[in-house]
Amino acid sequence: MLMDTIAAISGVNPRKCMRCGKCSGSCPAYDEMEYHPHQFVSMVESGRIEELMASKGIYTCLSCFACIERCPRSVEPARLIEAVRLAVIRQQGKNHLTPEQIPQLLDEDLPQQAITSAFRKYKR
Amino acid sequence: MQKIGVFVCWCGSNIAATVDVEAVSQALAQEPGVVFSTNYQYMCSQTGQDLIRDKIKEYGLTGVVVCSCSPRMHENTFRKTCEKAGLNPYMVEIANIREQCSWIHKDKAEATEKAIILGRAAIAKVQLNAPLQAGTSPVKKRALVIGGGIAGIQTALDIADAGFQVDIVEKKPTIGGKMTQIDKTFPTLDCAACILTPKMVDCAQNENIHIYAYSEVEAVKGFVGNFKVTIRKKARFVDTTKCTGCGLCTEKCPQKKVPNEFNLGLDNRRAIYIPFAQAVPKVATIDPDYCNMLKNGKCGVCAKVCGANAIDYKQQDELIEEEYGAIVAATGFNPIDLSKFNEFGYSQSPDVVSSLEFERLMNAAGPTGGTLLRPSDGKHPHTIVFVQCVGSRCDGGEKGKPYCSKICCMYTAKHAMLCREKYPDTDVYVFYIDVRTPGKNFDEFYRRAVEEYGVHYIKGMVGKVVPENGKLKVQASDLLDNRQLHIDADMVVLAAAIEPDKSARPLATMLTASMDTNDFFTEAHPKLRPVESPTAGIFLSGACQGPKDIPETVAQAGAAASKVIGLLSKDHLLCNPCTAQPDEMMCNGCSSCEKVCPYGAITYIDKEFRGPNRTTLLRRVAQVNPAVCQGCGACTVACMSGAMDLKGFSNRQIMAEVDAICK
Repeated sequence: MLMDTIAAISGVNPRKCMRCGKCSGSCPAYDEMEYHPHQFVSMVESGRIEELMASKGIYTCLSCFACIERCPRSVEPARLIEAVRLAVIRQQGKNHLTPEQIPQLLDEDLPQQAITSAFRKYKR
Repeated sequence: MQKIGVFVCWCGSNIAATVDVEAVSQALAQEPGVVFSTNYQYMCSQTGQDLIRDKIKEYGLTGVVVCSCSPRMHENTFRKTCEKAGLNPYMVEIANIREQCSWIHKDKAEATEKAIILGRAAIAKVQLNAPLQAGTSPVKKRALVIGGGIAGIQTALDIADAGFQVDIVEKKPTIGGKMTQIDKTFPTLDCAACILTPKMVDCAQNENIHIYAYSEVEAVKGFVGNFKVTIRKKARFVDTTKCTGCGLCTEKCPQKKVPNEFNLGLDNRRAIYIPFAQAVPKVATIDPDYCNMLKNGKCGVCAKVCGANAIDYKQQDELIEEEYGAIVAATGFNPIDLSKFNEFGYSQSPDVVSSLEFERLMNAAGPTGGTLLRPSDGKHPHTIVFVQCVGSRCDGGEKGKPYCSKICCMYTAKHAMLCREKYPDTDVYVFYIDVRTPGKNFDEFYRRAVEEYGVHYIKGMVGKVVPENGKLKVQASDLLDNRQLHIDADMVVLAAAIEPDKSARPLATMLTASMDTNDFFTEAHPKLRPVESPTAGIFLSGACQGPKDIPETVAQAGAAASKVIGLLSKDHLLCNPCTAQPDEMMCNGCSSCEKVCPYGAITYIDKEFRGPNRTTLLRRVAQVNPAVCQGCGACTVACMSGAMDLKGFSNRQIMAEVDAICK
């Protein structure tokens, strides 16, 4: 079900992947990721999408599209990641924070303006 | 009225599982002209053939319809069966209810209905069949091999050994092909030149072999047994009968800045050159693109130093016409252009080389005299990264090829092993997607590279190569360790995909031989006729048919030769009696058929006809030479007045089939 959603959003067929790893060899954000580009593809293929959705790694993808550019099988891993991010957003009701949750998540480097807008957004 | 017998084959379960064969034979028994109809498990078996033969005699059949597999499979079988029973073989029609029916349908009712319709069409056609007699055409006992690499050399040697004349046409100044550029051969590591050059010399010395080097096929006419080929012998500007191959001209020529194609541009040669020491024929060639004398008439040094007086600046291309009974395509392969692969920095750094360039850098006759040195600064490399599958196994697109190039795994293992053996202080990495080593002693060879020579094989792919401060920064993935690697390499070697030589496509057009989407020649049958083209008399040798290593190429070259020998040992060939026949009364002399005929079988003559009131009319009408016509049918379609007909496939017969299908 979730797999179909990802396939519909991304238009990617993960079965085309031949496990060469050129995406992970190309990725500039590799070390920042819990799951690496080649893993995105195999996880989507084997249906481990919830794990991907729960991973912070999906937000470290810079969308530089190096993996898309270089993939010899035209699998387009970055599109899969974008689809997973969208799937998270589309889970209505589950992606909301309560204002009480915000203080624990605060980063001192975060601009004041961002904090204010977060409170405005989530207090409703 | 014909007396027709219908024989429906089950083909085991191939047909019977999807088509109700009993219903088909019963339905077809009702068709007009059918006097007998049955079905049997294997019609092609001896029992099945005996059944057909017995029924021909029993019922006095004048026509036979076999509902079975494709006519490509068993049409010949059933024709012979009927011939033995005294029926003209061209009174047999095949209804293809396997490939065109049972194999492609799932629904039994639907498939059965279609099988009946196909059978009905064949019956309608056989009603109009007429007995045909095959004529014969003589066989020219001489073979042409196009391409003088190891494939062409081996094919030519084997044909010559059987006592037939054979010509090799090679577009380069020397025969030898890619194998001359290779240093060592896997998996035995014997020197390529040492095993190839004796064969090249054999070719030159063999009385039955004539080498047209620096020549190209310009045009091909005719058909199996009787090809007429025009060969363009390009001007070398050197009289090959006088040149002794001393090489003095190649030392004295002042034009020193010509990229040496034999070393893939890694060094320079002169404008007059002999590609390498063991070249066959060993004669000099002037490169007209660089020779000052030919370009602006200022120089003439080579003519002055030549003791044999062999230089001839006025030499012209020469066209030679020759007749052949068989033609072998052995046009070989080339590595693909790597300049599109920007991520590997091939165009940015001279230290990123293709595997064939690396081969030259390791070769004693190469630009570095066999010492492995970086092209950029001539220093010894300490870290070498090999990247496999560059441009292979890509899903279409402009950049790569969809197929596995087959030879790269083994030659990369060879390169890696040779590096470690000659220079134990080098670190050698091989990035692979899969290591494919199916071949005798192949996997053992690869394992030796890993286990004995300590080559680092890493499952993963290089993402990018960036030249920086004299190093090549390699970023790659290691999938088994799940990490990204950063290696500072001195050299990167790319195992480029291979593709058919660019000359293959125009040649295929000339030969009317079919090709696949990758421009490899197509074989007549992928399993059972791997060295023959579907076009009769055209044979395939070596990598022009698909990626191949040397032992496979040699094996295929021998196989192609044996097919050629089989053909040339016949004095006559049976012609296809299904040839075109014009109706002179309907022909309006427009020449359309003559223009489309690929075999040159149609000519026009002025013929006298009786006109009204005892007058005579002179009319221009088409005539077909049945010995040349191959029955392709192009003329019957081109003829606007419907005067041209194909025997065995007449317009009436085809319309009867269509009517039967649409009934």
